[in-house]
Amino acid sequence: MSYSGRVGHHRIESAIQTIELTRRYDSLVAVNHLDFSAPAGSIFGLLGPNGAGKSTLVKMLTTLLPPSSGTALVSGFDVVRRPSDVRRNIGYVAQMISADGDLTGYENLLISAKLYGIRGKEREARIAGALDFMNLIEAAGKRVKQYSGGMIRRLEIAQSMLHRPAVLFLDEPTIGLDPVAKRSVWEHIRELRDQFGTTILMTTHDMEEADVLCDQVAIMYQGRIVSIGKPAELKANAGPEATLNDVFILSTGAAMLDGEVRGGSLRDVARTRRTARRME
Amino acid sequence: MSQELAARHGAWSDTPQPLALLLQILAVAEADVRKVLHDPWELFSRMLQPVLWLVIFAPVFSRTRVIPTGGLRYIDFMAPGVLAQSVMFGAIFYGISIIWERDQGILQKFLVSPAPRVALVAGRALSSTFRGVAQTIVVYIVALVMRVALQFEPWRIAGVVFSVMLGAATFSTLSLVAACIVRSRDRFVGVGQMMTMPLFLASNAIYPLSMMPQWLRVVARVNPLSYQVDLLRGLMVQGGHTVLGFEMDVAVQVLWLAVLMAIATKLYPRIVV
Repeated sequence: MSYSGRVGHHRIESAIQTIELTRRYDSLVAVNHLDFSAPAGSIFGLLGPNGAGKSTLVKMLTTLLPPSSGTALVSGFDVVRRPSDVRRNIGYVAQMISADGDLTGYENLLISAKLYGIRGKEREARIAGALDFMNLIEAAGKRVKQYSGGMIRRLEIAQSMLHRPAVLFLDEPTIGLDPVAKRSVWEHIRELRDQFGTTILMTTHDMEEADVLCDQVAIMYQGRIVSIGKPAELKANAGPEATLNDVFILSTGAAMLDGEVRGGSLRDVARTRRTARRME
Repeated sequence: MSQELAARHGAWSDTPQPLALLLQILAVAEADVRKVLHDPWELFSRMLQPVLWLVIFAPVFSRTRVIPTGGLRYIDFMAPGVLAQSVMFGAIFYGISIIWERDQGILQKFLVSPAPRVALVAGRALSSTFRGVAQTIVVYIVALVMRVALQFEPWRIAGVVFSVMLGAATFSTLSLVAACIVRSRDRFVGVGQMMTMPLFLASNAIYPLSMMPQWLRVVARVNPLSYQVDLLRGLMVQGGHTVLGFEMDVAVQVLWLAVLMAIATKLYPRIVV
């Protein structure tokens, strides 16, 4: 893959493009010379077991973690050379709960809006719109620690969309949610794509979620992308009546059950469980 | 829709940079202040320590009459020291909230926002000054009850508020630096305790510099708490005066704050890695 060194914002086909993107932790290569791109305006699913490198990849794309080598363009900006331009154009919802439980839903949105420089009438209008969009108007004055897991996720997504980012990163957005709350979050993610043309990159280890929600899926395993394409194409290539799980087994030679292939560091697993518990 | 697209890239682009920075600092501080206002219990729980010092320690210690207070009653000599140490103790454990927010995932949200790192650090320092001022009110109430000879001229009150804000900002930023280095709550509690007592005892809070052995006096002259106490002693009580001079007191504290801010800004992103 050639890297043209393009900087600055252009109307581009790919909302995300990685170039030999790599991250090492001591001897472990968490993300290994990754080259892929995600088309603008799509829901792009990163599927893989715990420890596959999904969260590390997202952290690099959101500028939270510097790459060991290589780089990526997000919304046309280089994450290594122009991190603050990247930050202006993205939204991010961490796997952990990033809404502040000690503040109300309204206050969480208010602080975010202020950080992004949304002011005056526009600020009030966007907050009101976000609360309405996420069905949180009645809960706006309550402190977030009283919210259900689904409400918290919807609030966090609303918060990350206030400044209308071109690219939205969602790290395991439905982890620990019950099926009803999960479907409601899916619905809202689709609406973001359709209403705002937002490119959404989400990580998941939920095969059904990847299949039903994502326009494009990349299967990640041991720091590499082993398979990428539309869910229907991937399944068709794997054989008649194949599922994404079959695609995964074919690509990696390993079975993924409940998100856990051997591996996934203790820290990853502990964090995932903790988040899941708090979402219940 | 096209307006949406236009607005999309408008984040801060229409705002002069110093103003944007100021607004971002205020937003970071506001989040914290709102939390304290929702649950002010923490502020009340901090009332106990100054009460102990002024109600128990001062009356007992003043009977010894061996401490050269520069003509002040011991309780008057000590009240500024108690205020300074209570602000310092509060601020020095402030870093634990950063680790807590990191563990929760709240901090990551600030770090992916366009706010520069220095705004995140300065916002924290600013919110700790709010706590410091709230504590000052508590200490003044206790001091009044104990008949400390406080002075209430407006310029002195303004000076005390300024001084407390400077102290709270300095020690909370020190705490932030420590948090970015130790990165876990358990370790931080130990480190916080390791910092508070030496800072307190190697200062002029409860005895003057002139009483210290030479080596300790050297340490105390580096310790920002000494300058904080000295400044407060010159402002708060009748007959009080600074030993080191107002300008020196302010200058050394500002220098400490600037250095700590620079270090904290550098280290801050590391806390989430």
